[in-house]
Amino acid sequence: MEKIETKTIILPLNHKKNTQYTWLNPAIGFSKNLMFFALPAALIWYLADKSDYNWQWYRIVKYIGTFQKESFIPGPLLKGLWVTLQISVISLFLSCLTGLITAVFRLSPSFALRAIARIYLEVIRNTPLIVQIFFLYFVLSPVLGIERFTSAVLALSLFEGAYASEIIRAGIVSVSTEQWEAAASIGLKPFRIYRHIVLPQAIPVIIPPLAGQMISLIKDSALVSTIALYDLTMEGQMIIAETYMVFEIWFAVAVIYIIITAGLSIFTHFLEKKFSKSFNN
Amino acid sequence: MTQHGEISDYLSVHQLTKKFGKFTALDDISFSTKLGEFLCVLGPSGCGKTTVLRAIAGLEKPTSGTIVVEGRDVTQLPVSRRNVGIVFQSYALFPNLTAEDNIAYGLKQRSKKAKGVEGRVTELLETVGLSGMGNKYPAQLSGGQQQRVALARAMAISPHLLLLDEPLSALDAKVRIRLRSEIRQLQKRLGVTTIMVTHDQEEALTMADRILIIDRGKLVQMGTPGEVYDKPATPFVASFIGSMNFITKVRKMEDGIFGVGEHRLKISNGRGARRVQNGEPVMIGVRPEDVMIQADGGDGINTLNTLVSAIEYRGSLFRLSLNLPISGNDYTTIDADVPSEKVRRLGLQENMHLPIHLPVDRIRVYAA
Repeated sequence: MEKIETKTIILPLNHKKNTQYTWLNPAIGFSKNLMFFALPAALIWYLADKSDYNWQWYRIVKYIGTFQKESFIPGPLLKGLWVTLQISVISLFLSCLTGLITAVFRLSPSFALRAIARIYLEVIRNTPLIVQIFFLYFVLSPVLGIERFTSAVLALSLFEGAYASEIIRAGIVSVSTEQWEAAASIGLKPFRIYRHIVLPQAIPVIIPPLAGQMISLIKDSALVSTIALYDLTMEGQMIIAETYMVFEIWFAVAVIYIIITAGLSIFTHFLEKKFSKSFNN
Repeated sequence: MTQHGEISDYLSVHQLTKKFGKFTALDDISFSTKLGEFLCVLGPSGCGKTTVLRAIAGLEKPTSGTIVVEGRDVTQLPVSRRNVGIVFQSYALFPNLTAEDNIAYGLKQRSKKAKGVEGRVTELLETVGLSGMGNKYPAQLSGGQQQRVALARAMAISPHLLLLDEPLSALDAKVRIRLRSEIRQLQKRLGVTTIMVTHDQEEALTMADRILIIDRGKLVQMGTPGEVYDKPATPFVASFIGSMNFITKVRKMEDGIFGVGEHRLKISNGRGARRVQNGEPVMIGVRPEDVMIQADGGDGINTLNTLVSAIEYRGSLFRLSLNLPISGNDYTTIDADVPSEKVRRLGLQENMHLPIHLPVDRIRVYAA
């Protein structure tokens, strides 16, 4: 039986380097980035200036942080950011792990493992995250005796892990079956096949969509404010309740979220380059 | 082992059947090989030849039948426990590992001693002519070099069986021909029993000790290259390996004498001729290179008058299309391969009358 074997070649659409204006490239890159942020910012500024709202940007500073007796005291926004970061980083790690395990289960020859993975995936994907957070916090946490922070992390990890599993599964499936067969024929056991053959090839495929999912995770972490966890969003709400500076605070909160997610984007971009460079010539 | 295979057979396959849903990919295939033999499984696309190989490899569970290697029934064993070296059509090299690591992984799984592995990898690279290329990634190697790495990887585990799935089909003609003899020499030197799947009849004829011909999931013939070419069991085999002229509406008149219209042909017994009854309609076949040109006329046995309808240039020879009148306006076309030198010497041209001779012992008879 003739089979035309398709190789996975990762060909970024934008793969041609602009070689003509090499010395100008940093400048072009910078101005491009500037346009991305400066134009919307200018637009917002213009609209804000036109409106009758009394802008009080100067009052934000103290909610970020203050200097007292030459030492820096972080304000509520920074404290919230720290909580958001803690939740996000732990959930990020846990959701990738859950995703990987679920993906491997779904591809396992064992019916039981496949069923477990499938049920988990369907339950999580077909219910809203906020319901899951409430369920974990109000129903399960008193029974299991877990605290607020842990239930928030668990809810987020399980939720994002379900989506991550589909991304990871797609990446694993993109590696041709002949790779499995070839590895098995030289006597490699499933764990080693995953570890040394399949995952290294799947990772470059997985990284871009997984990065998107992880950015979603950071943004979804805002929902933990509903169980009175003092993350960035919750702190923002508290300050607004106190000061009525609705626009300024939400803008500030949004900018902080952008900084974290943009940081993650840049990091994954770097990872993507590193992994695809290694063997795709 | 069983009633079919003898103990001396290294690999024996008994009544192998594989069904994919309602489709029967392999239908009751039995054969065996001796130790160190090079067997080619030959057949057209989609005939099931790759399925035979995958079943032997353990990559496909047969619906029924058994596979016995060295007297041990391996039918239920997974590929990882069969100790078979496989070279895939696309090579399936691990793109994330260097050539060296591609070869070494199977060894590392087996032995914990890193030193021994290193030495063996160097030795294998040398064997396949890739010394010093070990640190290259597959994408940095040419097709032929990738092929060699795939071969070295398969050989690294010192396999009981070497299975090659169309290993040369992705290479250009020159490299293919060179690798043919290299693979054959390597196989002979290492003495490993080898099964190669191919759709290329020339490859099978030049490389194999024996050829297995499969058509639509059925084993149609098994024999040495000489046997299958000279004595094709069916019209399918005859036209699949080389080419064959078929003349239909032939009738057996008496022993050794067959009638085609008003012509009478003498055909020696033993080329399928004995099986048919007198008066039974049959089909006869003769290979183009066996058709003899009788430019000086002559009314000897099996001499037929034809008309040259077309001449096709093929480099070292010409293929002549000859019209042979059978009765009335009814005629059949016979192809004849004639050396270029002879065509020039005899000044053969289209629309010429040309007597030909069909050698008594080169005509095969098939049931119509």
